[in-house]
Amino acid sequence: MGGITLSQVSKRFGTTEVIRPLDLEINDGEFVVFVGPSGCGKSTLLRLIAGLEDVSGGAILIDGNDVSNTPPAKRGLAMVFQSYALYPHMSVRKNIAFPLKMAGMNKAEIAKRVDHAAHILSLTDYLDRRPGQLSGGQRQRVAIGRSIVREPQAFLFDEPLSNLDAALRGNMRLEISELHQNLKTTMIYVTHDQVEAMTMAYKIVVLQNGVIEQVGTPLELYRNPANLFVAGFIGSPSMNFATGLAAEKYDATTIGFRPEHLKLFAEGGDWHGTVGVSERLGSDTFLHVNIDGIGQVTVRSDGDIDIRYGDTVSVTPDPARIHRFDASGVALQ
Amino acid sequence: MATQQSRSAARLMMAPAVVLLLGWMLVPLSMTLYFSFKKYLPLRGGDLGWVGFENYSRFVSSSAFWPSVQTTLIIVGSVLLITVIFGVLLALLLDQPMWGQGIVRILVIAPFFVMPTVSALVWKNIFMDPVNGLFAHLWRVFGAEPVQWLSQASLPSLIMIVSWQWLPFATLILLTAIQSLDSEQLEAAEMDGASPLKRFWYIILPHLGRAITIVILIQTIFLLAVFAEIFVTTGGAFGTKTLTYLIFQRVLESQNVGLGSAGGVYAIILANIIALFLMRIVGKNLDA
Ligand SMILES: Nc1ncnc2c1ncn2[C@@H]1O[C@H](COP(=O)(O)OP(=O)(O)O)[C@@H](O)[C@H]1O
Ligand SMILES: [Mg+2]
Repeated sequence: MGGITLSQVSKRFGTTEVIRPLDLEINDGEFVVFVGPSGCGKSTLLRLIAGLEDVSGGAILIDGNDVSNTPPAKRGLAMVFQSYALYPHMSVRKNIAFPLKMAGMNKAEIAKRVDHAAHILSLTDYLDRRPGQLSGGQRQRVAIGRSIVREPQAFLFDEPLSNLDAALRGNMRLEISELHQNLKTTMIYVTHDQVEAMTMAYKIVVLQNGVIEQVGTPLELYRNPANLFVAGFIGSPSMNFATGLAAEKYDATTIGFRPEHLKLFAEGGDWHGTVGVSERLGSDTFLHVNIDGIGQVTVRSDGDIDIRYGDTVSVTPDPARIHRFDASGVALQ
Repeated sequence: MATQQSRSAARLMMAPAVVLLLGWMLVPLSMTLYFSFKKYLPLRGGDLGWVGFENYSRFVSSSAFWPSVQTTLIIVGSVLLITVIFGVLLALLLDQPMWGQGIVRILVIAPFFVMPTVSALVWKNIFMDPVNGLFAHLWRVFGAEPVQWLSQASLPSLIMIVSWQWLPFATLILLTAIQSLDSEQLEAAEMDGASPLKRFWYIILPHLGRAITIVILIQTIFLLAVFAEIFVTTGGAFGTKTLTYLIFQRVLESQNVGLGSAGGVYAIILANIIALFLMRIVGKNLDA
């Protein structure tokens, strides 16, 4: 219960086509992440599924039923907004109870469900406060609480963590993943942050300019990016690219190689260059090396490597991990 | 204003305004109090000495006093009710995307820029005239006897005129309040299964609470002093004599400054009672 199918769904605002006709299958119980740069149409796609926008073409199916013209409330989906969209004049309890009250549920059942949700989300002590008296993380939890009490077919999250600080974001990421393990309900999660996508998703949908660039598990996208865009977007630090002679050696227009798949030597490697700025994280060091004939390349190496700005080094890529792309940016097998 | 220095600087700079405002208020107030204890008839002997509370007891015991208080309350209450209800509805309407939105908004705001005297004259002569008024023509089109608006339905007519003047103000304030509502809240409510009516009741109306409070408080101040509209239309006849109008009659028509001043003091007391009530009922919306 909760499989969602998009079939040739498209969306135009006036004359600009924000979502090009696309197909997508989301299985019941899956945690799917839509990821892409800002303005690529992630929110629009989510709002189409939610029913907050009408499709310009194609159909949306939930459990095989066409819901393209069904109002949002009847689709059985719950949404958590980026701004949380809590009702400021209602207490936390009333906020969480609101969807149940609208559904005409009896008071005893509402109280039971609200208490249960508050317990899961550790909000029990805050039930009588107003949203304005809560911290960002707590507001986020209230928004999630409001969506879980309805026991929806699927959850839709629109960049729910982007207003939180880094530490809290890490925690909430875990909590949402934990929630998905417990509820086993379909979740669609929108983010522009590829780290969130990689860490949380079962399936990642990479979007760019209203087009699906690739769909796959995090590791599939990491290992076999379908094109230059996905290759550069997934992975942190991002993939290095080289064109020209270096690429021709591999029969490609462009080659890509990840920082973690480069080896450093004092001398005798394939490429030579000078070390620029190095970023020391303790566990790793990211070196920005200026390689002759290729340009700036990021190399990942040990945390305690002894290297300085201006040193000359030699770099060799792992030949098995080199990604090759043709002139149009599509990956070559 | 954190430091000692900035605080005293602030006080110094505010002083002229405070002194001016205090003088503005205190001088007329003390003069009113002063005259209210005197028999003062400018055209019939001038200052005839102190009379104690006689003016006060005469003003209240006049047969016109309680009806005028009642009329005042009816006008203030009805205009508030009409402007708030229609103001909310108009604001909702104007918030919808529509063709010619800018012009429609200007048209709706326009009545506020018409002087009370002018608008009352326009209503009296163009709309409500029993012979040549537009309403009279309209009534005749349907074969009905034209209504003598300002004599037969004087109070409702007056309320209509004053409401027409104040509706733009209420609409404007409420429209800006509606526009400040986060659209995601409405979308969240929609996903939560709230019908448009319930969204209005549970989300929009509470959001408007503060704006409605402001509309009520500001309008009350001005509505208690409605004068030009009555002067121009009925001249206080047909049960449209408000407290303000009664005071005007005592001072200028009967040339009894002492009696009028006592009425002025009563008006101040009435205004304060109403203000107290309003602050109790709606003032809590302004907190937080
Ligand atoms: N209501 C709208 N009217 C017109 N254009 C819109 C509207 N909503 C979104 N867009 C446009 O659609 C594109 C995608 O927006 P959005 O889905 O919000 O991007 P994302 O969430 O990926 O950052 C943007 O270029 C945006 O300007
Ligand atoms: Mg977005």
